Amino acid sequence: MAVGAEQTRRTWWLLSPALLTVGFFMVLPMVILLVFSFMEADPYGGVDPGFTVEAYVQLLFERDFDDTLAYTGIYLGIIWRSIALALVATVGSLILGFPVAYYIARQNTRTQNLLLFLVTLPFWTNLLIRTYAWILILSTDGVIEQPLKAIGFLDGTLDMMYSNGAIAIGLIYTYLPLMVLPIYASMEKLDFRLIEAASDLYAGRYRVFREVIVPLSTPGIVAGCILVFVPSLGAFVAPDLLGGGRKLMLGSLIHLQFASSRNWPFGAAIAMCLLAIVMIALMLQARSSARRRAMEVA
Amino acid sequence: MVEDGRTAIDIRNVRKVYGSGGGAVTAIERASLDIADNEFFTLLGPSGCGKTTLLRLIAGFEATTEGEIFLYGDEIEDLPPFKRPVNTVFQHYSLFPHMTVAENVGFGLKMLGRPKAEIGEAVERSLSLVKMSDFARRKPSQMSGGQQQRVALARALAPNPKVLLLDEPLSALDLKLRQAMRNELKTLQRETGITFVFVTHDQEEALTMSDRIAVMSNGLIQQIGSPLDIYERPLNRFVADFIGDTNFVEADIASVEGGVATCQSAGGLEMRAAVVDGHGVGDRVTLALRPEKMSLAASANGGAATPGRIESADYLGTSTSYKVMLDGGVTLAVREQNPVDASTVLAAGDAVHVSIPVGTARMLVD
Ligand SMILES: Nc1ncnc2c1ncn2[C@@H]1O[C@H](COP(=O)(O)OP(=O)(O)O)[C@@H](O)[C@H]1O
Ligand SMILES: [Mg+2]
Repeated sequence: MAVGAEQTRRTWWLLSPALLTVGFFMVLPMVILLVFSFMEADPYGGVDPGFTVEAYVQLLFERDFDDTLAYTGIYLGIIWRSIALALVATVGSLILGFPVAYYIARQNTRTQNLLLFLVTLPFWTNLLIRTYAWILILSTDGVIEQPLKAIGFLDGTLDMMYSNGAIAIGLIYTYLPLMVLPIYASMEKLDFRLIEAASDLYAGRYRVFREVIVPLSTPGIVAGCILVFVPSLGAFVAPDLLGGGRKLMLGSLIHLQFASSRNWPFGAAIAMCLLAIVMIALMLQARSSARRRAMEVA
Repeated sequence: MVEDGRTAIDIRNVRKVYGSGGGAVTAIERASLDIADNEFFTLLGPSGCGKTTLLRLIAGFEATTEGEIFLYGDEIEDLPPFKRPVNTVFQHYSLFPHMTVAENVGFGLKMLGRPKAEIGEAVERSLSLVKMSDFARRKPSQMSGGQQQRVALARALAPNPKVLLLDEPLSALDLKLRQAMRNELKTLQRETGITFVFVTHDQEEALTMSDRIAVMSNGLIQQIGSPLDIYERPLNRFVADFIGDTNFVEADIASVEGGVATCQSAGGLEMRAAVVDGHGVGDRVTLALRPEKMSLAASANGGAATPGRIESADYLGTSTSYKVMLDGGVTLAVREQNPVDASTVLAAGDAVHVSIPVGTARMLVD
């Protein structure tokens, strides 16, 4: 027993640097946000002491001059749009990223390294600048519209900017590498001789894909979807620049509360809301994969 | 040549070159062969001689560079692998890791769109054929190599293909299991009546299982024949050397009479062997002599035995392998069954007489 206690103490000692790091950089900011969300707003930014659930009430209700509460769907709408756009971004990058990952995984090691480097290349430049480039591409008389007009395919404008579509394009563009890399990682381990085995057993191209390639790269697909969905939900650069602030998403809304609106508790409350959505999504995913595993065992 | 019955596979002047330009590798120099329906046909040869390549050409994973392959009379060049009525047992089994044994075995029929009930029956039948019925719900990772091998076999048999291709399926198994599987495979082939094309580098495997063997080396087929043909009447030095142990003796043809040549070796050893095409009196030829066909005796016994001395004796249990230096200078390996009284076994240094029965020496083409 004494040895056990000794060992436990030792284990905690050895774990302490990691625990401190995680605690300081991850748990502490969360706790601060949580506390802020229950405090009173200071009109000049920051928070005033005192406990109130006002920030959470604001999510659903508007307070009139006479202090009566009226239901408002504005913020719920933003939450829905955020979820919808994050889903579109996830599905979009899956459709684009899967074949890319497959192609890379089938090359020889040298080509693979080069292509992987190219995939991560956008990360080496600033996100703002890359997103501004999309403004140039999508805007009225931009890179897409001008040539179309020149050859007489278009008069007027496609009006691509400041739309949900523009935001989705921005999100897909930003997070595509986060989809490609984990799928590549699981495909790289895939034994390509299994593809031959399947085609020997009368599976055409589509069936090989459906019955062998997809099931065996599922871990990568799931990881990629999480890695794209989660940051897309809270993104604010793409929605701000490409949505022009007309199509708010959760990230931009939070940004707004901490910056110009100076309503920190409300910003913190929305952040908590975002956290809850992410947690629910991850829990659903864990549940479904646990169920799948259970089914496989049975 | 296939004498009777239908031809299952007809390979005509096939050539296979991988890659192109400077990096090109010729895997099959030139190959022609017929495989009969219901035959257990073996491709035998050392590693790298092109056996797998030939199998992959039949399965459709590779395209021929030149030549044609016919399957039951139909040219199959344009058929992708999934349209060829041929199944493969892969060297590394290649079972689908995410499927159970039953799902693996049923995969082929499922892809063919067969009804569920039929698939279930076929899966049961195939698994019982390889004695793996109790493992239907396991995953490949939960089985030993030998069990995976059986499942791979069941998976390839389930769709009841016309031809089964087996690429060194026993090479990863340990000796005892390998020997047991030889008999099982042979029985399985007879029971199912499926044409087997079996690849191996193990001569014993080839000799015990096959109806016919094609011996390959360096992308060329060296000889095709029954196990007896291949062992007793090797055509050339490669075949004689690759299969079993052989003495090679250089000799000159002294005279030819009725198709039988009398040959004289450097050490004055005289042997008679059937003449092969293209050789005549005065030619230098290579004769092959199997060690177990000759015998040793301590005294001459009046026969036509050649005197010599034992250089070394290796006791092998059932037999003893001797190296005998003949008085003329020729060294021969001779193998003798061990007698009841093992103490009478000859030893190094003993003077002996070697008798070489007529018909032992076999003249080779090269
Ligand atoms: N995909 C390939 N690309 C290039 N060369 C290959 C390829 N596959 C096999 N080879 C070469 O072809 C020759 C025959 O190979 P293989 O058919 O696998 O021989 P075996 O099965 O008899 O060992 C070898 O020299 C091998 O290196
Ligand atoms: Mg091989």
